[in-house]
Formats: sequence, structure tokens, C-alpha cells
Amino acid sequence: MSTTTATPRLAPAGARQRAEVARAFFAILGRDLFVTGRELPTFLAQVILQPLFMVFVFGKVLTDLGFARAGFAELLLPGIIALTVAVTGLQGTALPLVIDFSFTKEIEDRLLAPLPVSFVALEKILFGTLRALIAGAIMFPIGRLVLGTLPFQASRTWLLIAFLLLGAVMGSGLGMTLGTMVQPSQISIVFALVLTPLLFTGCTQYPWPSLSSLRWFQVLTLVNPLTYMSEGVRASMVPQVPHMHAWIAVIVLIFATVGLVVAGVMGFMRRAID
Amino acid sequence: MLTTRVRATSGRALVAGIDVSQDPVAAKRALAVVPQRSNLDRSLTAKRNLLFHAAYFGVPEAERNARAARLLDEFGLADRADDKVDRFSGGQAQRLMIARALMHDPRVLFLDEPTTGLDPQARLFVWDRIRGQRERNVTVLLTTHDMDEATELADRVGIMDHGKLLALDTPDALTSLVPGESTLEIGIEPDGAGPGGTDGLLRALGELAGVERVELQRGAGGGPGGPGGPGGPGGPGGPGGPGGPGGPGAPEGPAARHLRLYCEGDAASLVSPMVRTLGERGATLADLQLGRPSLEDVFIHLTGRGLRG
Repeated sequence: MSTTTATPRLAPAGARQRAEVARAFFAILGRDLFVTGRELPTFLAQVILQPLFMVFVFGKVLTDLGFARAGFAELLLPGIIALTVAVTGLQGTALPLVIDFSFTKEIEDRLLAPLPVSFVALEKILFGTLRALIAGAIMFPIGRLVLGTLPFQASRTWLLIAFLLLGAVMGSGLGMTLGTMVQPSQISIVFALVLTPLLFTGCTQYPWPSLSSLRWFQVLTLVNPLTYMSEGVRASMVPQVPHMHAWIAVIVLIFATVGLVVAGVMGFMRRAID
Repeated sequence: MLTTRVRATSGRALVAGIDVSQDPVAAKRALAVVPQRSNLDRSLTAKRNLLFHAAYFGVPEAERNARAARLLDEFGLADRADDKVDRFSGGQAQRLMIARALMHDPRVLFLDEPTTGLDPQARLFVWDRIRGQRERNVTVLLTTHDMDEATELADRVGIMDHGKLLALDTPDALTSLVPGESTLEIGIEPDGAGPGGTDGLLRALGELAGVERVELQRGAGGGPGGPGGPGGPGGPGGPGGPGGPGGPGAPEGPAARHLRLYCEGDAASLVSPMVRTLGERGATLADLQLGRPSLEDVFIHLTGRGLRG
């Protein structure tokens, strides 16, 4: 294998080091994808089951029984897609990190790989993002299957992709922030205190402008970054439904995402290096 | 700190000539760590643990496959290669972690108490592998509470107490730090012809420069301890140690006698004056053993007898 190692040796030191760091980064990502690939059925069940039932019960059962208006499914699905993406990102980083740092220490092998520790953190966020996007992508055919229709605006595809991507990174960043902040003994209480409000104040089951009659709650939902994602996905898929301005949603979501990723990486560094 | 996992508050630390705080990535490339507790990747098989580790370090695929096969074989894990590691015993996990550390061909290998909790066979096996690395010019940094292990494996021993390095030297040099505690154990065959008999002989030996005192050991029998084992049984320095049954005043007779000479400093330098004295007194040397204080004595000497931590 001397022929393959000869080429990088000729490159300048800086470029060679960057190549080595990149190789380590993608090898670590490869490990995570390999393990997920092995556990694909479990992963899908974990990720899909809850949104599937939500779409089915709220979008199909309640509307068929006449408890919800016919158009409800249409505004619900974008919200559930947003929720699935954000929560999958969160769970994909938070729980494994708590377990890794507190119990198994499995991550040590990667912390000692030849790349900066912050890159190991970014790899986890990228991995969480990929999982979240896969989960989000699967929700489209599922929604189509359960509801019989799929609201879609070809002209707003890029907007949709941007919101899903931002939401996936935001969810992973939030997961890393929580996962590196929480002590293992507090994990169940923190998840209950964070996850449940996150799920229900994120405008996933209702459009934000319609909350104007419930002013205090409308203001409260603005604290939840998921609100901007739900509204953004709604703006991309069902623009006819009243929604927050897409540009406001994008800007706030970018700030939230950057903030959470920075907080997450800092938390990771704090746990990784004494 | 040296493994880049703890940030230094001050000072400079070099691993293989690389400043760990200036260039942690380069340092990580040069070093490998085997922790005390298993941190193997439980989602992966034994072989994949090795392969992914090498992939992180950019070892080309064909090379890492060959290395993994060789190391699994060398560490007696070839038949467990495709098993997940969560069912591995402590010894198997330990072996696999060492194999994993060697996958990227490190220049410096950190081992944290590598044999704690292992059975004697596994311990000897790990020792052999560590010696093998030393022969390949890999620097092995071993932390241990087992003084025999340090004596057995180390070229240089550092004694740490409460985060301070108290001493760093070869085991021999360290043991010479303990004052007046090296011994010379000799077996002699007296013919009784010398002036003053055995008592005279003892007195003459005691008067040699550098000898603190001389004791007569049990009458007959084999030499104490195995040959060459420093700090053998009944190591010097133990309270009330030497003597034992039939100590001074053992029955007189033509049988061989064992004497123990307590020396100041280096016992080896006393061998030739001792032999000369024996010759003058008409006794023949039948057995000779240098007894040195063990690292355990050094540790106690440096850190005191109080319980640590």
C-alpha cells in the first residue's frame, strides 16, 4: 500500500493534515452510519411510529369522524414532518451522548482519533442531521399513504429543503446541548420537562397566526424554535393556510440553529476535555 | 494530560516530541491509550472495533484488514472476531483494547493498569505483549499499583503520589535510594579450620567496610527464593524479617550455612572482599544471592505508610 501513502506525503504539511482530519471525520461518520444501517428496522420504528399514529389519529380518524375540519390534515402534516425532523435530530444526539459520556465511554476512541475534538462534536451533529432528514423524507410517503393526498408546491421545494435542513441541524444542536448538559441521574426528568413542552408549543398541530385569539399562548410559542420550523414547512407546503412570514421564520431559525450548535459543541468540549 | 484529554493549566508536555497542547491532533496520531475499563464499541464486533479504529487513523483498507487479522490472531481472539464485544470477559476485552491500540502503529502506548483483575495466565500474556512492544521501540507508559509489574516491565519507573512525581529512574537506581537495605545472602561450607570458628568468621564479615551487620540464617537447605528475583521472599526491610526458625544460634555442624549480610549501598561491590574473607577463614562459597529492596520498599520509603488518598 506504499503507492497510496506516497501521494499525500508529497503534499504540503497543512494540506496533508487537513486531508487526515477529513479522513478521520468521515471514518467516524462511516462508523455511525454503519451501526445505524445495521439497526435500520429499530431506527425506523423508533422514528416513524409516533408521527405515523399522530397523522393517522389526528389527520384521518378525527376528520373522518367529523371532530376536525376536512382541511385539518393538510395543515397538520407539515407540522408533523417538522416535529419528526426536529425530534429525531434531538434524540439521535442527546441520548447516545448521555450514555457515552456517563456510562460506556465508547466515545473515547473517537476523542483520541487524529482530529480536533470539536470535529467529533460536529460529526455527531451531522449524523443527527442525516438521521433527521431520513426520518423527515419517510414522512412524505407515509403522509400520502395515510391521508390520501400530499400537499406539495413544486415552486417552493427549495424553501422546504432549507427549512427541513435547518430544523434537522437545530434539533441535533439542541440534542447535543441537552445531552452534554444533563447528568445521567436527571435524564428522565429533563427529557420530560423539555420534550413534552417542545412537542406541544411548537405549532405543529396548529398554525401560529390562528393563535391570535389566545394571545398569551401565541407569545409563549415564540420561545420554541420548533414554532418557526413548523411555520416554515407550512409556508413551503401549504402556502394557502395562514402562516408566519417565511423570511421571519428563516432568520429566527438560523439564529436558533447557530446558537444551539455553538452551545452543543461547547458542552461537548466541556465533557470531552477536563 | 499527555493523551490530550485533560487541559494543562500550566507548563509544557511533549509526547514523542510533539507538544500536546500546541498540536493535540499530531499528538493523538502518535499515541494510543488502553484504559483500565473497557470502552470498546459495543455496537460493533471485535474485528470491526479494530477496523474502524484504524480507519479513524487513515490506515488504508488492505493494510487494516491484514493488521486486524494478525492482531486478532496474536491476541488469541481470532475465533471471537465476529462476535459483538458486549459479551467479552474482562481479559478478552483487555486484550482487544490493546490490539485496537496497536492498529494505528503508535509510537507511544499508554496502558492504565493493564493487568488489574486479570488471572495469572492473562497477566503473563499481557506482559509478553508489552515486552514485544518495547522490543519494537514503542515507548510504553504503564501506570500500575503492582510493584512486581513495574519491576518486571519497566526501564524507568516514576513514583507518583498525590499528583506529584516523587522519583523517576531505573528500578535499580530507585531501589538504591532506600538506605542500608541491600543484602548479600551467601551459603558457605565452613571447614572449621579457620581461627575462631564460625563466630570468628561472622565477626570478620561484620567488620568489612560497608557491612552493617551479619546474621546467620537457618542451618541447611536450598537457597532462599528463586535465582535472580530481586526482593525475594522475606525481602529485606520487613520488620523482624530475617532470622526465622533456627536463626542465630542454629545447631553447629559440618552442613552448609546461610548468612545474610546487610550492606550500606551497593551489595555487589562487597562480593569480592567477602570472598577474600571467606578464603582467609577457610570457608568455601556455595551459594550467593544479591538481595535488593523491592520497588515496594522504595514506594513506602518515599510516600510513607499512611493510606493513600
